[in-house]
Amino acid sequence: MRVVLVDAGGANLGSVRYALRRLGVEAEVSRDAAAIRAADRVILPGVSTAATVMRRLAELGLVEVLRSLQAPLLGVCVGMQLLFEHSEEDDTPCLGLLPGRVARLRQAPGLRIPHMGWNRLQPLRRDPLTEGIAPGAWAYFVHSYAAAPGQDCLLASEHGVSFAAVVRRGAVAGAQFHPERSGPAGARLLANFLGAGMA
Amino acid sequence: MLSRRVIPCLDVRGGRVVKGVRFRDHVDMGDIVELSLRYRDAGADELVFYDIGASPEGRSVDYAWVERVSSLLDIPFCVAGGIRDVATARAVLHAGADKISVNTPALERPALVSELADAFGVQCVVVGIDSVAEADGEWRVRSHTGDPDKTRALALRTLDWIVEAQRLGAGEIVLNCMDSDGVRRGYDIAQLSAARALCAVPLVASGGAGEVRHFAEAFRVADVDGALAASVFHSGAIAIAALKRGLRAQGIEVRDE
Repeated sequence: MRVVLVDAGGANLGSVRYALRRLGVEAEVSRDAAAIRAADRVILPGVSTAATVMRRLAELGLVEVLRSLQAPLLGVCVGMQLLFEHSEEDDTPCLGLLPGRVARLRQAPGLRIPHMGWNRLQPLRRDPLTEGIAPGAWAYFVHSYAAAPGQDCLLASEHGVSFAAVVRRGAVAGAQFHPERSGPAGARLLANFLGAGMA
Repeated sequence: MLSRRVIPCLDVRGGRVVKGVRFRDHVDMGDIVELSLRYRDAGADELVFYDIGASPEGRSVDYAWVERVSSLLDIPFCVAGGIRDVATARAVLHAGADKISVNTPALERPALVSELADAFGVQCVVVGIDSVAEADGEWRVRSHTGDPDKTRALALRTLDWIVEAQRLGAGEIVLNCMDSDGVRRGYDIAQLSAARALCAVPLVASGGAGEVRHFAEAFRVADVDGALAASVFHSGAIAIAALKRGLRAQGIEVRDE
């Protein structure tokens, strides 16, 4: 299987690649449109801001490549936020592969932003992508923006409000948490994404 | 609900984990990767690596071990020590660190915090603060704490720096209360509570953990998001699983796998 990590300047490229290696998959890091189109699975990691990654994708000529991708696509963290129509972060138009908008998590007494640390995952809908992840499983989050749990939401989490932790619509999927740093639940999500259930 | 984090801190010097008392007399604790995986298996929520020689010696961290840790570890980790520009931070993050922590270089050039936040997002940027209670009753910041002979006392008040660091783009504050560090008499709850009142981003307590109740106090009274400790974990005085059982028994939400 040919797995390509999109090199859009996201700083967690290396750790996602290692997480895949722990699953026995050697991923290719690329910013080349042809390589991305030819992949069996594409992962869009992102530790940065929505605007920075979108600008980078535009400079690399990858916006349309990702929009018209046939193979399953997994966005991670900011990479997931970019799958939606719009992010409130720097008022950024995104890829629009999923309906909905990404908004800033609201600060409140006792509620710190960024949402940083381990939080529980609650299943909203069964799907091969989240198979084997038990209700209440822990995942590691680091983010200040999130999408509300809409119709594509498989797993939700909560930080003041409920938000989408894992989404999927057809071949387009996203994880708001960091699967590469989320212990067994994260490894399971990545393994499921590589599996037949996404094909 | 977001859980409270238990964070072993591994001081790194020359590619090995070391630990001193009151920042002096460092002794060898073992191999970095071996200790990282042991703490992961024991239930650590996150690891912090301080390259304690880096800042005083005017050099940055050597990334080979960062990459080695990243390739095997499936929990997050933060790297501190000698990160003084965006290029160095990028190299450390690309080697696999989830967050970078800046201390002395941010005091020398506060704009560094903004540059890092702009480049990587605030969630990657931790500002570490070493703080001392002075005779006039104020908490003030120390720099270059990796080497006691080079440590400098600054006029900057700790609480002012906490406010300023957040304004500049810190996504997390680690407050190390140096008077308590390594002596195991408990976290400095008064100082942490004062910091908490001014800290809208996650706050991590550091310095002084000796018993399970010290962690509970820091979480419950000072309302910190994470508690960092080194010697009690390295020595085996506190096992993380037992610590978490003790915290949960007091109604403190911690990750339990």
